[in-house]
Amino acid sequence: MVSDRAGGALARGIALGYLSLVVLLPLAALVWSSRSHGLGAFWDQATEPEALSALKLTLALAAICALVNAVAGTAIAWVLVRDRFRGRGLVDSVIDLPFALPTIVAGLTLLALYGPGGPFKVDVAFTRMGVLLALLFVTLPFVVRAVQPVLLELDREMEEAAASLGARSFTVFRRIVFPNLLPAILSGVALAFSRAIGEFGAVVLISGNLPFKTEVSSVYIFQQVESDNGAAAAAVSVLLLAISLAVLLGIGAFRRWRTKYDHA
Amino acid sequence: MSRYLLRFTALGYVAFLLLVPVGFVFYRAFGDGLGHAWDAVTTDRAIHALELTLMLTAIAVPANTIVGIILALMLVRTRFRGRGLLNAVVDLPLALSPVVVGLALYLLYGRGGWLGGLAERGVHVLFAFPGMLLATMFVSLPFVVREVVPVLREIGTEQEQAAETLGARPFQVFRRVTFPAIRWAVAYGVVLTTARCIGEFGAVSIVSGRIEGKTETLPIYVQSQYAFDFDTSGAYAASVVLALIAIATVVLLRVFQPKEEVL
Amino acid sequence: MRVICIALLGVALLAGSAAGASRGGSVDLVAYSTPKDAYGKIIASFQKTSAGNGTGFNESYAASGDQARAVAAGLKADIVALALDPDVNMLVGKGLVPKNWAANSHKGIVSDSVVVFVVRDGNPKHIKGWGDLVKPGIQVITPNPFTSGGARWNVMAAYGAQRKAGKTDKQAIAYLKKFFQHVPVQPDSARAALQVFAQGKGDVLITYENEAIYAEKKGVHTEYKTPKSTLLIETPVALTKSGLKKPAAKAFYKFLWSSTAQKAFASQGFRPVVKSVAKSYKFYRPSGLFTINTTKLGLTGWTKVQTRFFHPTNGIVAKIEKSLGH
Repeated sequence: MVSDRAGGALARGIALGYLSLVVLLPLAALVWSSRSHGLGAFWDQATEPEALSALKLTLALAAICALVNAVAGTAIAWVLVRDRFRGRGLVDSVIDLPFALPTIVAGLTLLALYGPGGPFKVDVAFTRMGVLLALLFVTLPFVVRAVQPVLLELDREMEEAAASLGARSFTVFRRIVFPNLLPAILSGVALAFSRAIGEFGAVVLISGNLPFKTEVSSVYIFQQVESDNGAAAAAVSVLLLAISLAVLLGIGAFRRWRTKYDHA
Repeated sequence: MSRYLLRFTALGYVAFLLLVPVGFVFYRAFGDGLGHAWDAVTTDRAIHALELTLMLTAIAVPANTIVGIILALMLVRTRFRGRGLLNAVVDLPLALSPVVVGLALYLLYGRGGWLGGLAERGVHVLFAFPGMLLATMFVSLPFVVREVVPVLREIGTEQEQAAETLGARPFQVFRRVTFPAIRWAVAYGVVLTTARCIGEFGAVSIVSGRIEGKTETLPIYVQSQYAFDFDTSGAYAASVVLALIAIATVVLLRVFQPKEEVL
Repeated sequence: MRVICIALLGVALLAGSAAGASRGGSVDLVAYSTPKDAYGKIIASFQKTSAGNGTGFNESYAASGDQARAVAAGLKADIVALALDPDVNMLVGKGLVPKNWAANSHKGIVSDSVVVFVVRDGNPKHIKGWGDLVKPGIQVITPNPFTSGGARWNVMAAYGAQRKAGKTDKQAIAYLKKFFQHVPVQPDSARAALQVFAQGKGDVLITYENEAIYAEKKGVHTEYKTPKSTLLIETPVALTKSGLKKPAAKAFYKFLWSSTAQKAFASQGFRPVVKSVAKSYKFYRPSGLFTINTTKLGLTGWTKVQTRFFHPTNGIVAKIEKSLGH
């Protein structure tokens, strides 16, 4: 095998060394710093009223965002796969924009559009709705791109059979298509949730910094760093990461359980 | 008909959320005319910001590509203890908030950090190019790996093994058998990595110190123009540059979309 | 091929850090968010003098508190131009600025200003005094006191004005609580607050007089009102220990009090501290002007005030913000 020879060992060494320098070492410093004053101090800082409020808001908004994406993303994927209309290819390409556009640009333009002085006479700047809007922007592609390939592969025989037996299209969707899409939707939701929890650039302008009202955890952490409260920032970061991992593992386990069940 | 309703709703959502904001960037930037926007984006500071962004990208992308391919090979072709852990570590940058990445670097290289002593010896990591490079490399690490791994899995090892039994050396096997099979996945991953590097804001913002003309990337410049210099047209003009790069990225992604192998 | 790339990477890292190291004849200026245009002019004038000829400048402008902490964390600075003394003194505590930084004839203060109200053109909500800020429905924009220096000047101006009107310490603090109830958003710096206000948020912005003048220069549709009772803002500049080693930095520091530099400040709306220059400019003198050292109003100097009001957990403002959050 390529990787079994000496040259392979060197390559592996370099790759692992790079990974350690770039990823592991800084994260170790982060975890260390959050523990440096003891577990008690860690918990105190992580559960500071302002930090806790930010965390609750972050989780709530990320959950709403994930839910909206589950529905909207599936609908968009459906339209892109099953529907035919002019410009379909264009719309399909456009979906990738949030991956490519810098978050600060997204945040700037959302603020200008839907904030005070915008052309639509709507002002969600410095509100939770504004933050949600920013989160929806950056997480749009995740569920769409997760569901599309599954929809493409789906064998339509069962749907056609069910339809010929008299089932209405919604029933067909609910009982045949949806269960097949569920694992993909959950994957997409997990990614969207994970991204929404940590989003900073798109949110920081429109959020407005209001403690206890529109301050999300990423902005709180940023402010703590700027205030040189490295340990407090680290504590909240580690807690956020732990929650994020727990949710990801939970969704992953649920997925595996569902697919096992389906193939039983 | 429900089909039209669904289409209308779905497309309306995309238009409202995606197209209108992006279009608005162009509208605002060129609102005072093409010349004005051009002037705003060709100041010394803006040009430096663009150069810095591109320089960071020019180093981070090849590094992450090479390491990414090696890691993908490790994850798919070899069995070793901790393979699952390696998989998780590679995916970690995707799950982390960019602010947390910046914080980690800040804690490591700042005064009092494990490597804080470097600054006193004249090696400046924070508030200088190296710190920004490390942040950029961190956040853009996973993309090539994630694109290559499924392809490697799919193509299997038969052709590689065949080549080996015919006497090819490992690097030849890689160059002539493995790489051609994964090159579209690599290309796709490179485009994603590049887009991420150029667009990075949170992590780099924390470690850069925002020194004008020295440690401002183009995204940081956009925020600075908007929040400090009252130069909204400057902010939008720079945003247009970034948006154009984003559109080019999207086009390239379409071109390199993993295709079905027709052999 | 791999080896070449790793080598390139190493070279790039070294080159990057070398580029970051100081070259001869370059001065690092770290300042708060508002005086950027002023320093731009002053630097240009300085570079025309023999002492400044050929000197390069690295400038960074952001919220005062944030900048102080950045310097403490390693941001290179030869000259720190911050919004208020405590931010400089924090750096003294970290051993980065010498204890005697303020030992010149102007006590280290390079320009003055006053706290003013910026309102929309025509002052549609008729805001004139501090009492108008807490009328029902009025939204006040002021930055975050834990990151911005300007915000702290604003808070102490509000407090001092209440004391000047005869209120007790307790009543003045109660006013501060009402004040913060009217603040919908706290941007991180004075300049960011102006940006937010210019976008249309809020009815009145509390800020430096020079920032109000800057807004008018930039064509924002605002005017400003100077309340009768307001606080004199005195902004300090200090040479850091690394700046003391650079002749160019020391020369630039001295230059800041030259008439050229002071005139440059004045042209940008800052009040000059050198009397001979100040005489030729007609800045409005509020009848109820007080300073941070006006003890009879409870303003006992920045060191005590910073701890009493702005301590991040036990300070009066922190307690007010917490109480408003629930």
